[in-house]
Amino acid sequence: MNKDINYTTHQAEGTHISFRARLLDKLFLGMNVADYAKSLVTPFNLFAAVIIAASAPIFYMRYTQGLASVVHGTNEYPWSLLLSWGIFAGEPLFAAGFVVATAYYLLGMKRYRSLVRLAVLGGMLGYAFAASYLIIDLGRPWRIYCPMVINFGPSSVLFVVAWHVALYCTVQLLEFSPSILEWLGSKRLHRWATSITVALIIGGVILSTVHQSALGSMYLITPAKLHPLWYSSYLPLLFFSSAIYAAMSFAIVLGFVARRYFRDRCDEEFLTNLPILTLALGKGAALSMYVYFALKLLVLGQSNQWVLLATPFGYWYLVELLGFVAIPMFLFTVGVKKENLNLINFSAVFAIVGIVLNRVNVNLIAYNWNLPDHFKHIIPPWTEIIMIMAMITLHILVFRWILNRFPVTRELPEYKGMH
Amino acid sequence: MSEEMKDNKVEQTETHKSDNPSSTSRGVTRRGFLTLSAVTACAGLGISSKAHARPEFSGWPGSYGMLVDFTLCVGCRSCEKACNEENKLPAPDKPFEDDSVFKERRQPSEQAYTVVNRYENTKNPEVPVFRKIQCNHCLEPACATACPIKAYTKTPQGAVIYNEDLCFGCRYCVIACPFNIPGYDYKSALEPKVMKCTFCYPRIKNKQLPACAEACPRGSLTFGKRDELIKIARKRIMDNPNKYIDHIYGEHEVGGTSWLYLSSVPFEQLGFPSNLPKKPLIELTEGYLSMVPVIFTTFPAIFAAIYAATRYRDKHSKEDSHE
Repeated sequence: MNKDINYTTHQAEGTHISFRARLLDKLFLGMNVADYAKSLVTPFNLFAAVIIAASAPIFYMRYTQGLASVVHGTNEYPWSLLLSWGIFAGEPLFAAGFVVATAYYLLGMKRYRSLVRLAVLGGMLGYAFAASYLIIDLGRPWRIYCPMVINFGPSSVLFVVAWHVALYCTVQLLEFSPSILEWLGSKRLHRWATSITVALIIGGVILSTVHQSALGSMYLITPAKLHPLWYSSYLPLLFFSSAIYAAMSFAIVLGFVARRYFRDRCDEEFLTNLPILTLALGKGAALSMYVYFALKLLVLGQSNQWVLLATPFGYWYLVELLGFVAIPMFLFTVGVKKENLNLINFSAVFAIVGIVLNRVNVNLIAYNWNLPDHFKHIIPPWTEIIMIMAMITLHILVFRWILNRFPVTRELPEYKGMH
Repeated sequence: MSEEMKDNKVEQTETHKSDNPSSTSRGVTRRGFLTLSAVTACAGLGISSKAHARPEFSGWPGSYGMLVDFTLCVGCRSCEKACNEENKLPAPDKPFEDDSVFKERRQPSEQAYTVVNRYENTKNPEVPVFRKIQCNHCLEPACATACPIKAYTKTPQGAVIYNEDLCFGCRYCVIACPFNIPGYDYKSALEPKVMKCTFCYPRIKNKQLPACAEACPRGSLTFGKRDELIKIARKRIMDNPNKYIDHIYGEHEVGGTSWLYLSSVPFEQLGFPSNLPKKPLIELTEGYLSMVPVIFTTFPAIFAAIYAATRYRDKHSKEDSHE
């Protein structure tokens, strides 16, 4: 790159260093390549490398011998844990972006400014990964755009889901774009990107509301296949309502992770505000869990199938409802009352486990429950578990890569107070 | 060939004036209505479609069906063989004459579009009951409702057919089907497709009987207009009240299916799902789908108002503090 031309066109400070050098500097966190490579040798990275290496032949098999060679897939159980975990259990957590963004941008809860970018990052990345799980699972993934362009199936709930995932991924990328543009130092684009924020956030609220409820609605069409304790015409509402507390719990966990493992990437404001925000989110999560719990009881009462509670599936239903909703709800309440941040963090993880359990119940455990040898069919093969572990590892690596570079949990001095 | 079948062939020639599904007029169907409302909602005219009362869905007048009488079936599996040949499916592991397949409960799959299973006869333990299973060609198919790319078509003739050129392999149709019918070609790594009974749609269009019906030596399969088949089925039940149970499976289940069944023993003893609603499954999701345009129209207003209120409060509290 020609330094002279660069110098004359850009008057701003620092442009005498070539663009390439600046980019490399940013990519390698200011280290030279050798130092950067050395810094990568850590126990976690070794573990990650092993998992990802182990998954490589499995992914290869998926694309040479078919999905069912590595993932459980039969005509009775077409969707396996891969989708259950990757999409149905993941998406409610990734509502974190829209919940925190609504609090900050629309409801004017100023303090959430410290957390909003982290939550949006969590949401954006989560949706991108959910889409990746889908691409692994789809028979002909290169036709993924077909519901948007080629042929419409508007009577399908999945049509709604597909559109909303696509639009919401775009919206979240735009929501997060100020961070990327600040990192790249593009002021003009940054001004443009921040000017459309409020419209984006409102769009995000709509898309996320429809998307979360649509995930539940997908099972409205299976009244005879989903166990009556889980099947309900209220599925859309139950999925949406539980996504709210899942999102808040996920935001709490994200904050905890940032403070614990990325402390040098967090600014003073973030670290000061985090305890207060954790407490506030804990309160919000507890309240939304009360709402969800009440809805669950309402649905149970309305279906008037109390007698089913005394069956093995009934016991399992109670384990989910009492063990993984009522107990974390209670712990959240105690944590908020006693202002015990550790307890709130723990409750958040507990609540997330509960959400995962609920989604897996709907997708796998209570689905086609009356077929013979049901339980033999829903246990995934080990190859599927490795695949999921590799995806989780990749998710963490990308999250870490972004958090280490982009201004997410800190504000750059020249952009202070601009979002 | 029985008298009934010959009659049906005549009827067939009368009604086969139009074979193109899209060119036939059949009023506003439910699925068509959803498309319409989605289109109008997209155009921002969500109200106008509400102004027209929706016509009640009245099935597919003149469409074909198949009446399966299990009391006549002897489990010879001629239908399986004919189906296999007609659809050029792979040769089965065991020959069609091998009775040992009856030891297990088979399901139709990408290998076999139809299978016959043997069940104990609670009424007469001497003679087992044989049940033929294949796609029931629902009047309001859940697979077609579920498909986000509309790869399924309910043809005016009654067949539910699938277009592999549109499918992206999400398998939501498999999730949705109340009878666990669609088979997915999992072995194909890059070009998997759904495979299921087509009701021999190409043959029906050519005014031929479906292969299985043509092959049946016992007259257990009666092809004809669905309306007529229901009358025939009713008559058989009326004439032989001791032989048949008083239930035509498929007349009302999930809104009715093109395939109809008569049996001497209750259908749940033959593995038929007995917990299906009488209404079409699409009715369970259309309420939710109608809410989506409502969210799109009201949420921007609600949240913009909340945002405006927040801004207003901020501005005025600042002004107050300046005074």
